[in-house]
Amino acid sequence: MSNKVIHAFYTDDDILMDAVKKVRSEQHHIEEVFCPFPVHGLDKALGLAPTRLAITAFMYGCVGLGFAIWMTNYMMIQDWPQDIGGKPNFTWWANMPAFVPILFEMTVFFAAHLMVITFYMRSRIWPFKEAENPDPRTTDDHFLMEIPVHNNEKELTALLKGTGAVEINIVEKHS
Amino acid sequence: MYQFSGKLKTFALAFMVIGALGVAYSFYNGSNTTLEDAKEIIANQHDTHGAATVATHASDAHDQTKSTEHAADTHANDEHAEHVLHQLQNRPWSAFYVSLFFFLGITLLVLAFYAIQRVAQAGWSIVLFRVMEAITANLHYVSVIMLLFLIATFMHMNHLFPWMAEGTFDPTSANFDPIVDVKKMWLNTPGWLMRSIVYLAGWNLYRYFVRKNSIAEDTAEGIKTYKKSYHASVIFLVFFMITESMMSWDWIMGLDPHWFSSLFGWYVLASLLVSAITVIAFVTIYLRAKGHLPFVNDSHLHDLAKYMFGFSVFWTYLWYSQFMLIWYADMSEETVYFITRFEDYNLPFLGMVVMNFVFPILLLMNSDFKRVPWFIVIGGLVILAGHYIDVFVMIMPSTVGDQWFFGIPEISALLFFLGLFIYATFSSFAKAAPLAKGNPFLHESEHFHY
Repeated sequence: MSNKVIHAFYTDDDILMDAVKKVRSEQHHIEEVFCPFPVHGLDKALGLAPTRLAITAFMYGCVGLGFAIWMTNYMMIQDWPQDIGGKPNFTWWANMPAFVPILFEMTVFFAAHLMVITFYMRSRIWPFKEAENPDPRTTDDHFLMEIPVHNNEKELTALLKGTGAVEINIVEKHS
Repeated sequence: MYQFSGKLKTFALAFMVIGALGVAYSFYNGSNTTLEDAKEIIANQHDTHGAATVATHASDAHDQTKSTEHAADTHANDEHAEHVLHQLQNRPWSAFYVSLFFFLGITLLVLAFYAIQRVAQAGWSIVLFRVMEAITANLHYVSVIMLLFLIATFMHMNHLFPWMAEGTFDPTSANFDPIVDVKKMWLNTPGWLMRSIVYLAGWNLYRYFVRKNSIAEDTAEGIKTYKKSYHASVIFLVFFMITESMMSWDWIMGLDPHWFSSLFGWYVLASLLVSAITVIAFVTIYLRAKGHLPFVNDSHLHDLAKYMFGFSVFWTYLWYSQFMLIWYADMSEETVYFITRFEDYNLPFLGMVVMNFVFPILLLMNSDFKRVPWFIVIGGLVILAGHYIDVFVMIMPSTVGDQWFFGIPEISALLFFLGLFIYATFSSFAKAAPLAKGNPFLHESEHFHY
C-alpha cells in the first residue's frame, strides 16, 4: 500500500491558519502541521480534542499537597520534634500554620514538574529521540502541512496552491 | 447610545431613599443611647454568660475568663460602661463607614485597573473601557461623602479613631498614650485631614481628566488624546500606589493606633482589587444581557473571571502572610489584632476566608466555567459578600468591639451606597457612546479571542 503524503510549505502563520481552515472545509484530513513556534488557535482550527493536561496538573497538585502533609508530619512531628519559637510540636494540626508555605510550594512543585514531564511524554519527546519533523526548515521560518494522499494528488495540489503554499512536495513516507 | 432605563433608575433611587432613611434612623438611635443602656447591655451579657455555662468545655473556659473580667470591672464599672456607650454610639458611624469605604475602594480600584490597561497599552480590554469609566463616575459622589465624613470625624462628632481622643498627646492627662505620642509626626488630626483631601483630590482629578479625554478621543484625529491619557495614567498610577497605602493607614489602620502591619496597604489593595474586577464583570454581564455591548464576547468575560480567580488567590496570600508572621512571632502588641477577631468575630472572620478563597478557587478553577455568565455571577456574589465582610472585620472590631451586629445600620448603609453606585454608573454610561471607538487598539479588542 502506498504511503504517499503531500507536504505544503507556508511562510506566514496567518496564511497557514487560513489554509488549514480551507483544507478542512474541503473535507481533507490533515495529518500533522509542523511550526517553528506555537501558533495561537491552530489546535482549534485543526479540530484537535481539547487538552487534558490541566486535569493532570490538578491531580499532580493534589499528590504534592498530600506528600507535603506526610513529609511535614514525619519530619517535624514524628521523627524529630523541635521547639521552634516556643510553638507546640506534638500535633501536626497545632503547627499547621507554619507548614502552609511548604504545602503550597510542594503543590506547585509537583504540579509544574509532573505536568511538564507528562507533556513531553504525550508529545513523544524524550532524550536521544530522533526528530520527527520531515524538513529542517520547519525549525527556522517555514510551516509545513502534511496531508495523506489517496489518488487525489492533482486535486490536492491545486487546492493547496490556491491557499498560498510556497512549495508543494509529494513524498513517500517511510515507517 | 444607552438609555438609563426608568425601571433601573427607580430601583436605584428607592435603594438610596430607603438606605438614607435607615441611616438617619440609626444615627438618631445611636445619639439617643445613654449610659443606662450601656449598663443594661453589660448586665445582660452577665446573664447570658451565666446561662451558657452548661455549654461545651471551650465556651465554658471562655465564659469564666469573661466573668472574671467583668468582676474586675466592677471597680471601674462606670468607665467600662462609658466604653460600651462609645461603642454603641460608634455603631451607626462604623456601619456607614464600612459601606462608604467599600464602595469608594471598589470605584477607586476600577479606576486604577483602567489606568493599568492604559499604561500597559492592553489590547483586549478596550471594549470594556466605557464600562469602567462609567463605574468610576461613582468616585466623585462617594469622595464628597467621604470628605464630609472625615470632616465630621475631624470635628470629634464620633469616637472612631482612639488617637483623636482628648489628651492623647498630653503627658499630664489621664488619656495620655505614650505609644501614640511617638507617632505624633503622622497621627495628628490636621495632617490626617489634609492628607485625606490630597488623596481624594488627586484621584478625582485624574478621573475627571481621563474621562474627558476619552470622550474627546471618539472624534479626535491622530493619537494625541491617546498619548495624553497614557501620560496622565502613568502619573496617576505612581500617585495611586503611594496614596493607596497611606489611605489604608490613615483610614483603617489608624483605628488601631497601637497595632501595625507593614503589608496592610497591599492587603487592602488586594481585597478592593478583586471586588473591583468582580463589579466590572457584573456591570458588563448586565449590559451585555440587555444588548448594549454586542462587541463584548465570551473571551472578554473569560479574562475578567481569570482576574477574579487570580486576585482571590492573591488576597489569600496576603491575608495569610499577615496572619502567619504575627502568629509565628507571637508578640502581644501584634497578636491583639487577631485575638479580638478570633474571639468576637469568629464566624465572619473565618467565614470570609472560605468565601474569598475556597469558594472562588473551586468554582472558577475550570476554564470552561469562566465563560459562563451565571457561574461568574454566583462566584462574584460570594466574592463581593466576602470582601464586604473583610472590610467589616477590618473596621468594626476597633470601633464597636463585641457590640457588633448586622442590622438596620449596616443594611441601610449598604443599600444607600448600592443605589448611589447604580445611579452613578448607569447615568454616566448613558452619557457617552458605549464603545471607545477612537482608541487605536479597538480592532484588536473586538477580535480578541482566547
